[in-house]
Amino acid sequence: MIAYLTFIATVTGIYAILAMGLVVSWGQGGMVNLGIVGFFGLGAYASAILVGTGAPIGLGWLFAMLVAGLVGVAFCLLTRTLRGDYLAIVTLGFAEAMRLVEMNERWLTNGSDGISGIPAPLKAELGTAYPWFFLVLIWVIVGIAFVVLRRVFASPFGRALRAVRDDEQVAGVAGKSVLRLKYQAFGIGAALAGLAGAAYAHFISFIAPDNFALQLTILIFLAATAGGHTRLAGAIAGSFLVMAILEGTRFLAGTVPGLTAVQVASLRELAIAAMLIVILQLRPEGLFGTVNQKTGTDNVQADGKPRLATN
Amino acid sequence: MEIVQYVLNGLVLGALIALPALGLTLIFSVQGFVNFSVAAQMSVGAYAGWYAATSLGFPFPAVLATAFLVPGLLGVAADRIALDPIRRNGGGNVALMLAVTSIALNLVLENGLRFIFGSDLNSFDLPLERDIRFLGLSVGPQQLRNLAIALSIAAALAAFFSLTRWGKAMRAVADNADLARLKGISPKKLAAVATFIGMGLAGIGGALLAIDTSVDPSTGTRLILIIFAASVLGGLTSLPGAVLGALLIGVLGEAALVVMPPVYQSLTAFLAILLILLIRPNGLFAGVGGVRR
Repeated sequence: MIAYLTFIATVTGIYAILAMGLVVSWGQGGMVNLGIVGFFGLGAYASAILVGTGAPIGLGWLFAMLVAGLVGVAFCLLTRTLRGDYLAIVTLGFAEAMRLVEMNERWLTNGSDGISGIPAPLKAELGTAYPWFFLVLIWVIVGIAFVVLRRVFASPFGRALRAVRDDEQVAGVAGKSVLRLKYQAFGIGAALAGLAGAAYAHFISFIAPDNFALQLTILIFLAATAGGHTRLAGAIAGSFLVMAILEGTRFLAGTVPGLTAVQVASLRELAIAAMLIVILQLRPEGLFGTVNQKTGTDNVQADGKPRLATN
Repeated sequence: MEIVQYVLNGLVLGALIALPALGLTLIFSVQGFVNFSVAAQMSVGAYAGWYAATSLGFPFPAVLATAFLVPGLLGVAADRIALDPIRRNGGGNVALMLAVTSIALNLVLENGLRFIFGSDLNSFDLPLERDIRFLGLSVGPQQLRNLAIALSIAAALAAFFSLTRWGKAMRAVADNADLARLKGISPKKLAAVATFIGMGLAGIGGALLAIDTSVDPSTGTRLILIIFAASVLGGLTSLPGAVLGALLIGVLGEAALVVMPPVYQSLTAFLAILLILLIRPNGLFAGVGGVRR
């Protein structure tokens, strides 16, 4: 039981990293990344392959982040003159293309057999304490990302990014470098997805193209949206919610009689997708809602009135 | 001579893709967003046609009609239930939110089919027919029929859009919804008609594909990328472009077999999208804009 709980808690952490990446590019930057699972897979395979050639695991993770981030930046630049939907379409296509490459380039990725025996950090040394170690590691990473991103969002970069999200033209007229802000934000989101992928690969020790399907993208969207897609805390809360739904419905098979395994599986996926639709309809701001970042206290006087030049 | 065989194969495949691509382009022009659920509606149409043919014993024209009506009506209902509230919420990025919601809708439909019919492949139990051979080329008779049906539907659609009042009204709404409203055209009703026709077309495409091969719940979703490539190649707002784009993608995918292993055909679609966006984002055959910001 404990092993099961540590396992799902670790996977929740991985989902949290993915969801936070979505918050960066979508919530704060306004760019929908429909290909998250593609970057996830890219990171997983990049790290697995690099470490397979003998590099240390930490380097593999960094490499995964770099590769995923660069590819994200490339897509952003590619679609820079086009409507928002085009970036979404291209990233969706990228996820599908990734899956095909993973499945067919046997010399690189072992095809549908997948890569197994991916080394886990310090597994041999720690023995039975290993699951706890990885759990703590993942959540430390989540914590670091949370703190760092929070500062970034509160910084001028974050404010400029939100300005671009809300109205690109105005932001451009105000002198902000719109394209640079966008590709940086998108790249950070993609890099986080790559990191999550690398962590996943080294945690599960086995990856195959089937792990990286469209359903995961919807799952992460649900996690980010349920918590409030502009809020980091929302992303983390949403990951817990999604994991609860995933694992809660797993036991459905026992309770509802007369359903085959395929039917239960399809019902679960259907429920998750339907839930995303419902949340988007009813409360798109999510559980935590949007927060208006204030500019600072020196613009407000002691009695709460704004400080104007004429006061 | 081999290259001509590839081209022929490509045209046959392209003809099948042309119908859902037309649906996607139509919905995009009238409603202004990419409705990903056309893929699942292909599967819905395939299953509807399959059920009508095997369990209900309908004749071929009735099978096609079923494959058109069921996804069409389901599409309008899904639009009303799932997508309208998103439109009402408004906000800055409605098109993007609608696109994301339509992906979730796609999964809902696909899993609904899987729940009802299971994951197995189903086929139409039609007698096997020998390929027609001419001039050293070979093609299946069903494939030829599919090609003919797809092209005649495309032609009928073209006539619809240029000759009938509904069709012209739809083009008006696609061009400028506010002006169309001034003329008394109801964009909401037209949007429903566009969705109905668009999804219906996807359904026929799915049924034709299923007749030639087989149907399972993921039939449509597997083709999602190549359908978009066809629409994007043709320019997301151009109806003739969608057909030409589909034929071109089909031929490109087949011609690529000369240099690439077969499994990469979908990758060709993705590369085609990237290339077009780099060189000519409006699409090769586009008319009205709507691509650039």
